[in-house]
Amino acid sequence: MTQPKIIIVGGGLAGLMATIRVAESGVPVDLFSIVPVKRSHSVCAQGGINAAKNQKGEGDSTTKHLDDTIYGGDFLANQPLVKRMCEAAPGIIDLLDRMGVMFNRTPEGLLDYRRFGGTLYHRTAFAGATTGQQLLYALDEQVRRHESEGKVKKYEGFTFLSAVLDDAGICRGIAAMDLRSMEVRTFPADAVIFCTGGIGAIFGRSTNSVVCTGSAQSALFQQGVDYANGEFIQVHPTAIPGEDKLRLMSESARGEGGRVWVPKKPGDTRPHTAIPESERFYFLEEWYPKYGNLVPRDIATRAIHRIVFQEKLGLNNNEAAVYLDVTHIDRETLDRKLEGILEIYEKFLGVDPRVSPMKVFPAMHYTMGGIWVNGENQATNVPGIYAAGECEYQYHGANRLGANSLVSCIFGGGLAGPAAVKYSKNLEKSASSSPSSIFDRAKKREDDKNQRLLSQQGSENPITIWRELGDLMTEHATVTRINKNLQMADNRIRELQARYKNINLSDRSKWSNQTLNFARELENMLLLARVVTLGALARDESRGAHFKPDFPERDDANWLKTTRAKYINNDIQLSYEPVDISLIPPRPRRYDAAK
Amino acid sequence: MPEQRQVIVRVKRQVGPKQPGRWEEFALKWRPSMNVIICLRDIAENPVTRDGKTTTPVSYDSNCLEEVCGSCAMLINGKARMACSALVDQLDQPIRIEPMTKFPLIRDLAVDRQFMFESLKRVKAWIPIDGTYDLGEGPRVAPEVQEAGYPLSRCISCGNCLEVCPQVNDNNQFVGAAIISQVRLFNMHPTGAMHAKERINALLQPGGIADCANAQNCVKACPKDIPLTESIAAVNREAWKQSLLGWLMG
Repeated sequence: MTQPKIIIVGGGLAGLMATIRVAESGVPVDLFSIVPVKRSHSVCAQGGINAAKNQKGEGDSTTKHLDDTIYGGDFLANQPLVKRMCEAAPGIIDLLDRMGVMFNRTPEGLLDYRRFGGTLYHRTAFAGATTGQQLLYALDEQVRRHESEGKVKKYEGFTFLSAVLDDAGICRGIAAMDLRSMEVRTFPADAVIFCTGGIGAIFGRSTNSVVCTGSAQSALFQQGVDYANGEFIQVHPTAIPGEDKLRLMSESARGEGGRVWVPKKPGDTRPHTAIPESERFYFLEEWYPKYGNLVPRDIATRAIHRIVFQEKLGLNNNEAAVYLDVTHIDRETLDRKLEGILEIYEKFLGVDPRVSPMKVFPAMHYTMGGIWVNGENQATNVPGIYAAGECEYQYHGANRLGANSLVSCIFGGGLAGPAAVKYSKNLEKSASSSPSSIFDRAKKREDDKNQRLLSQQGSENPITIWRELGDLMTEHATVTRINKNLQMADNRIRELQARYKNINLSDRSKWSNQTLNFARELENMLLLARVVTLGALARDESRGAHFKPDFPERDDANWLKTTRAKYINNDIQLSYEPVDISLIPPRPRRYDAAK
Repeated sequence: MPEQRQVIVRVKRQVGPKQPGRWEEFALKWRPSMNVIICLRDIAENPVTRDGKTTTPVSYDSNCLEEVCGSCAMLINGKARMACSALVDQLDQPIRIEPMTKFPLIRDLAVDRQFMFESLKRVKAWIPIDGTYDLGEGPRVAPEVQEAGYPLSRCISCGNCLEVCPQVNDNNQFVGAAIISQVRLFNMHPTGAMHAKERINALLQPGGIADCANAQNCVKACPKDIPLTESIAAVNREAWKQSLLGWLMG
């Protein structure tokens, strides 16, 4: 049979790892990315990557890593694949080390490890406070090497529009748009791996990058690829508020000893230096003595919300901010281990966090839910379509632990690559022998959509609709969820969908038209926002990042199950399936004591 | 009514690579912590010039908005820098925003920096590992090597160092400081050092290190404070050694 061809969409950590594994097997790869892959969102990951190497002699093990991950995720993750990930993690660190990642070192020349949230062990390898950037670059370099040897062809500056499915519902390639010429093209492939990241843009402002819109996931969902646990959205406790972006202040600041506090006295406007130790409220340390500042993110986020919205103890006159303080740590340590993030704070706020405590507030950060994949090899429910990285739902349950994202991206990408190769080689008929009509049909569908958007004379502004969507989602579908508000939010999203039909593009040109591309993404964002909202509305319990004050307890009897959204007859339908808890029986999750 | 503070922004517009450029001026509503990206987004939401003419949103590259992806490099008040970290309150007005000039223009402020990624291929900027299968741990690395290498490895390929370099022009193919610094990084790593010669050889070709004329603009323009001139000096020494040795060995 002819040589198979694999397409990978997305060039962050997961996509690059999948690319390397496929290229190594001798199968050619077409790699699609909106931005040059070196500029992917993985560069924003800061604190580190988890692997139970037990390099500090604390008795850490992959079993403990598994338990922390499952417990941190409030028992919603299917356990066997998480176990495989935790077991693979030390080998992943070795591989990255061999690729030349400039990890911080101990005096003996070994990798250094720091503490992170949701664990009591030093398990997180790191490269300053720009670990994601360093890992992404290492994989980017390996892919560039394969590219120079002709094994990988990059399509940077292309955006995925839709999958090309044949009459039997098998994926035979993709339709993509060249973001310069705005031309729609189709590309045959025997298997396609999606590594398209998180959905931050649905919330307007988040810690995510501009390209993290979830548009690809939504387009696939509308073509019959199921979407799981959409309601699980991680809000990171410590970010710098900003109008364009909420910039992350890594958990590593706390891993290295940073402390979160507010003045005990409401409305205390004295400068931090004038507030003595006895008049500071280190609320995380007080409420969670065992884990202190390193409780998991959902816990820390809710604690900060409680401080501001219930206790009215936000900084100054109860502004939405608390202190993240590293001023007690010596400058040399700060510069060696945290410079990357401190520099962000300094540049964007003009204040040196080595001298003054940082003002932070929670921000939408990570998408635990995502494309449904099986528990074996990252395959979705549509033959020929695979997914890996943040865009799928598999590894983090109801809440992701810090420093587990990088490892899940690399593990998932590494699993998807060979799986897609194996699938392709076993296909009876290759994509290249598929009738050209299925590609023509896909191209026409997308061309028609562009034409309609470019020519219609509406009155709605897509950016305004997007801002309204973001405000709605941030208010009602993040930290605290109330059923009547979720219902109202869904109604309002449907209104936005109706208004979307009447949008007007302020740019109708056919060259590098970013407005057209954004309008296309917005349509997909609106639908995916409904998947998040409806999933949250239905789940009447509190679990991990999903918190309903009206249903404050975890309810295993009714809700220990995966939400699986399907798109049937142009509508979202929720179904549920059991969680594989075969390794660790669920137990109550609490961080005020050792577990 | 208190007077509404405004931000005056002038943007160089060009609808395509071959079309003529023109300037457009916008009056935007000032807000605290505003950066140049927010200005461009305001224009996108309401693309009307200061004199009331309807125009199109500005084409530009951006992604992370925290100066770690390297996308949003442009000329702001004549200086090559990242738009996300260019705070309005620190800029003289009217704020002039132009595309970089050393890279092919796509549209408005968007340029094509593929040359930098091709240059990384030329110098083999990678560690040639045998494969991704399990071969155990990597080599031990002294903390001082890590502390020297890590700052170099933070290069975001923004292209600012090429933009400000007088040697990067239509008459040569100079790879620029960022690439030379990457060679230093890979030659510093214990495994990378095994292939140091190949990378130096690549820099001994036309467009390589000999094209540096020591203007030292690069180091001042680098948003990540990479010691680019130190890298150039270090690689220069290696290059001299290697070419001298080659000459002696005949």
